[in-house]
Amino acid sequence: MATVADLRYGQVGIIKDFTEHILPIKLLELGCLPGNSVELLQIAPFNDPIYINLSGSHLAIRRSLAALIELEIIEETQAQ
Amino acid sequence: MSKNINVALIGNPNTGKTSVFNQLTGLKQKVGNYPGITVEKKEGICKLPRGVKAHILDLPGTYSLNTTSLDESLVVELLLNKNDKDYPDVAVVISDVENLKRNLLLFTQIKDLRIPTILVVNMADRMDRKGISLDVEAMEKKLDTKIALVSTRKNTGIERIKELIADYKNISSKPILDPNRISPEYFERLKKTFPQEDLYKLWLVITQDVNFMPIEKKRIQDASDFSTKSKDELKKLQHKETVLRYQLINNILKETYKVDFLAAKGLRASLDKILTHKVFGYLIFFVILLTIFQAIFDWSGYPMDFIDEQFAMASEWVKNTLPPGVFTDLLAEGIIAGIGGIVIFIPQIAFLFLFISLLEESGYMSRVVFLMDRVMRPFGLSGKSVVPLISGNACAIPAIMATRTIENWKERLITILVTPFTTCSARLPVYLILIALVIPEGNFLGLSYQALTLMLLYLIGFGMALLSAMVLNKILKIKSRSVFMIEMPTYRLPLLKNVGYTVIEKTKSFVLGAGKIILAISIVLWFLGSNGYSEDFQDADRIVTERIENEGLSTYSKNYIQNNIATYREEAQAESMAPAAISDSIQVLTAELSERAVAQEIASYKLEHSYIGQAGKAFEPLVKPLGYDWKIGIAVLTSFAAREVFVGTLATIYSVGSDEEETIKNRMAAELDENGQPLFNLASGISLMLFYAFAMQCMSTLAIVKRETNSWKWPMIQLGFMSIFAYIIALIAYQILI
Repeated sequence: MATVADLRYGQVGIIKDFTEHILPIKLLELGCLPGNSVELLQIAPFNDPIYINLSGSHLAIRRSLAALIELEIIEETQAQ
Repeated sequence: MSKNINVALIGNPNTGKTSVFNQLTGLKQKVGNYPGITVEKKEGICKLPRGVKAHILDLPGTYSLNTTSLDESLVVELLLNKNDKDYPDVAVVISDVENLKRNLLLFTQIKDLRIPTILVVNMADRMDRKGISLDVEAMEKKLDTKIALVSTRKNTGIERIKELIADYKNISSKPILDPNRISPEYFERLKKTFPQEDLYKLWLVITQDVNFMPIEKKRIQDASDFSTKSKDELKKLQHKETVLRYQLINNILKETYKVDFLAAKGLRASLDKILTHKVFGYLIFFVILLTIFQAIFDWSGYPMDFIDEQFAMASEWVKNTLPPGVFTDLLAEGIIAGIGGIVIFIPQIAFLFLFISLLEESGYMSRVVFLMDRVMRPFGLSGKSVVPLISGNACAIPAIMATRTIENWKERLITILVTPFTTCSARLPVYLILIALVIPEGNFLGLSYQALTLMLLYLIGFGMALLSAMVLNKILKIKSRSVFMIEMPTYRLPLLKNVGYTVIEKTKSFVLGAGKIILAISIVLWFLGSNGYSEDFQDADRIVTERIENEGLSTYSKNYIQNNIATYREEAQAESMAPAAISDSIQVLTAELSERAVAQEIASYKLEHSYIGQAGKAFEPLVKPLGYDWKIGIAVLTSFAAREVFVGTLATIYSVGSDEEETIKNRMAAELDENGQPLFNLASGISLMLFYAFAMQCMSTLAIVKRETNSWKWPMIQLGFMSIFAYIIALIAYQILI
């Protein structure tokens, strides 16, 4: 199963329905809801954390948290 | 006159809430603390049309009413407590036009509390550039509110906010989301048990960990016919609530808010690419740090010298102008010297807060967090620890308060414990004066030795913070689930007005806060230094005069006279005065100088036998191995209250009884040890600097740590460890160097 941690530069994914409520509420409030899109914008030096565009919210999260958000990768923008 | 309208400004972080606050209140604002906690409370008065006034409260930024920090709990506590004197008549929710969807989540929550709520859509000047169009009228209808389209940058829309506030009685207070939709069964039961209460408020009381209304929380738990849900079940419902709110918001925005992505142009992507780059990112960060460093050391030197001289002159002026007496002495030697020791900080503190506020306002600080997170983790810290560690270079107190953004308790505790090692501005005066005294002038690769020493001291402080963090990370066994998350705001040109307010505000509170302590200590010191109980003190005049008659002047006084004459002779020869005239005036000068030297010897004899001299002598054996005499010992002891007191104390001790207009630095340079060598030499100077680098010499920091960790355990550990460590290091340094 792909997660936000699997995204590559410029890739976009759509968040899948989650049944387990393991994600912190704060993440939901910032737009991490099923059906919303996630785009990977930057990866920090040493590969962590990652900088994403979560349906308009620009956030940095650690890979450990990103690995909990399942998604379907839909788009391959001009990846470097 | 009717009572002021109570207004609460609420909004997500990075929405320009503070700018709106500044525009509404101008300089008529007051920054304090909420009673009992260290959350900053900003309030101000705003004049509205038709002679009405509003009391504006700027609440801490929050993403929602689901609280995760003290700052956020405070918002919920206030909004649930109708009896609070600050309970708003009207709430103003500030949103950012680019993040409207997310900002509206908070708006719907506030509105559901049945408070009249105005929506401010800020940063309207960015709409064109971002291709955003907004149907304000339609949105007002859908959200059942009034909207003000505002640009604090272009200064538009502020009048509209004022009008809406003045007219708040016409703003709807109807809720938006029916809580029954979250869970019909649950809320039905809730309603049956508490028919009098508002369901949404009850829901908040149940789900939020707020101090407010403990009785009601208890009532809910005690209600026998009402079974509470487990934490997990509640969390599930909160998830559902969030989803429902977003559905609602999406439906509204679909018809009223459009973004043409083709028209959107952004600096963000390209700037991010450079600023968070693997190499350039760190390089730029390093250059910025160097610039800050340069400003504090170099640029602030000029105003500081100027201030130092002014206070020396003021003290002299008071002595010459006012009739001699106890009051004049107190004013000149105690109060003016003490105040001078505070005012001299202003340039440095202003510079530091200027830079920190520029970095935060521009959005760059978040990038630093992003860059540094992985690097900080091996030390048990998070990227968010960087902000406190940098702010710690200004003052540990706001820095420790800034650790609140760190979600993980272990990371936060470690940050709190190690932050006092960073070189706060209170250490600067101590460092600067000692560096000027003991580090020779000269250059190494274009950098002066003095600047290099200061840089080294900063690195030592920072290195020590990291090292102890690493140790603490190994020792502390605290389990805490880490959810690191930080918003990366759009880059913005900092608004000068906001930066200015911050600098003025922080400097003011620092000077006034620290000033009170320093002033009080100065006066006490002056009193203890100019009074004594022993016969030696009472008869100082006679004893010293007799000694001089028998043994002649002390080496110190002889040197003092010789040096002054040598300087005079050089000057006179440079001006090509006639040799006869020179020797004549040297005779006059010598007589004058001897008279002064006698007065000084009497004064220093008196000081030695005053209360403070006695106390210092008793304390001397403890600091002697570090290379300090009893005067420095007193300064170290009194500066336990706050490091900067060190310079002030020496200034007070040295100026007691002295008639000359002299800067603190010159007085210190003239101090001799028992062998007639300068007391402040390389060994004792470095020992002192290292002592101050590591010692926990700040009562306010201890108090803040106590508050933030909610126990005396941590501040006491901090105090014990840092003091002992500092003593040992200073001891080693002196013994090696001497």
